[in-house]
Amino acid sequence: MTAPRATPNLVMEARGLIKRYGHVTALDHSDFELRDREILAVIGDNGAGKSTLIKALSGAITPDAGEIFLDGERVHFRTPMDARRAGIETVYQDLAIAPALSIAENLFLGRELRRPGVFGRVLRMLDTQRMHDESATHLRELNIAVGSTRQPVETLSGGQRQGVAVARSAAFARHVVIMDEPTAALGVKQSATVLDLIRRVRDRGLSVVLISHDMPHVFEIADRIHVARLGRRVALLDPRTTSMSHAVGVMTGAIAPDP
Amino acid sequence: MLGTLGPLIALVAAAAFFATRSDRFLTGDNLSIVLQQVMVVGVIAIGQTLVILTAGVDLSCGAVMALGGIVMTKFASELGVPVPLAIASGFVVTALFGAINGLLVTRVKLPPFIVTLGTLNIAFAVTQIYSSSQTVTELPETMHVLGGTFQLGGTSVVYGVVLMLTLYVVAWFVLRQTPAGRHVYAVGNNPEAARLTGIATGRVILGVYVIAGMLYGIAALLSVARTGVGDPNAGQTENLDAITAVVLGGTSLFGGRGAVLGSLVGALIVGVFRNGLTLMGVSSVYQILITGILVILAVATDQLSRMGTRS
Repeated sequence: MTAPRATPNLVMEARGLIKRYGHVTALDHSDFELRDREILAVIGDNGAGKSTLIKALSGAITPDAGEIFLDGERVHFRTPMDARRAGIETVYQDLAIAPALSIAENLFLGRELRRPGVFGRVLRMLDTQRMHDESATHLRELNIAVGSTRQPVETLSGGQRQGVAVARSAAFARHVVIMDEPTAALGVKQSATVLDLIRRVRDRGLSVVLISHDMPHVFEIADRIHVARLGRRVALLDPRTTSMSHAVGVMTGAIAPDP
Repeated sequence: MLGTLGPLIALVAAAAFFATRSDRFLTGDNLSIVLQQVMVVGVIAIGQTLVILTAGVDLSCGAVMALGGIVMTKFASELGVPVPLAIASGFVVTALFGAINGLLVTRVKLPPFIVTLGTLNIAFAVTQIYSSSQTVTELPETMHVLGGTFQLGGTSVVYGVVLMLTLYVVAWFVLRQTPAGRHVYAVGNNPEAARLTGIATGRVILGVYVIAGMLYGIAALLSVARTGVGDPNAGQTENLDAITAVVLGGTSLFGGRGAVLGSLVGALIVGVFRNGLTLMGVSSVYQILITGILVILAVATDQLSRMGTRS
């Protein structure tokens, strides 16, 4: 047997991922592939193993077996920090923001910029102005409308908060942004804004993994659809040539996937 | 924002009220006395602010301070340990109690209220046992240098007050202007978010309790300097006064919101009330009564403003 090699032209790839919790097999030889600059939707019923898959890709859990490649290189994530250092950012469902802190503070939380020279190195002084300027630039580039980056995140609407969370990931990701149900808590109009935002993140050259239960959203935005069922990938669908009912059928097991 | 201005307005209003009640209140000498009375609780309140910002609370602060004071005075007077080393030993003991609090909160995941209620009693008992409940007297001169004064515009100012104000400036700088300070706020505001952004939340919280412990050691030194003795019953009013000062200063007991300079204002409010009521001849029982009412008012304001900002 030859050493495992990555498939060319994939940003991220996983082969044969296995994860067991006791005698429950959450991932059962699961495969995964993500192309450059695509929005890949991951759909699946509860218990299909999609959240375990995402956790493995974002470093939140370590799979028992299988390989993960990033840009053709084999990677081993033991913590979410490992994945972040490799250029993979995750937008969590509950947003993971500190509401009392300002927009800029949230964007740079955990990787604050310090002033140049003695002030930054010895006194560890923050470069508040630069963080505000860069935050404003990131938000403007993604067309996220908020007032001042100095206002606390709690003063923002749900859609704007989601925007801040996405902007933080997009600002620091070098390869992949993983988004867990980014429209779950939002109204129709705010959802549309966030879907637009996801497109802009892709258009900036990043690949997006979108976990969603919302079929209309998935079909509106995804370039390809990864269907998870019983701990593995049962199909990779093209939303332009697949109907929504077919996707749901494959997801629930009512329809056998095409070979 | 009312959150930062409110306490200051309350302080000015209280001072204005007492100025109309007593001619002596607004004299330089009296204000210097207020500051001197506030310096011990003021320094404790810095540590208490750090802990409360992480959504914790430290009930052991005054008792740990008393233990630190007994250790440094007994080491210096009875064991003949050189004064700097005796003081350092006191700091080590108070920092150790901070570390115990912090480890129980972060590793064993016990609620800070219960942990520090336990260490409050432990520190109090150890203090009584080690000192045989006796006040330590006949301290070396150098032990109470910080109680000395210098002249500023015809008013005597205690060195300890300068130390307290310096510590406030340092604490303000660290909390406002450094990553570590912002992490303290983030950990108190949303610990899960802080963890997911890669902040070592356990280390931040542990660090906060240890630093708070060291500040109680400094408060112990100030207390010894002010009274000239090692008092095993020190810190009993300071214990709750420090929490009162932090809450009056606008720091939220729910964590993640507030400012350390507010705690200085809060400590001054408590000090001004104590001093003003004394000048008016009001007995100390009523002072305690009023402090109690003040705390409840401050916490109620915190709760109401919090409900206002929730979406």
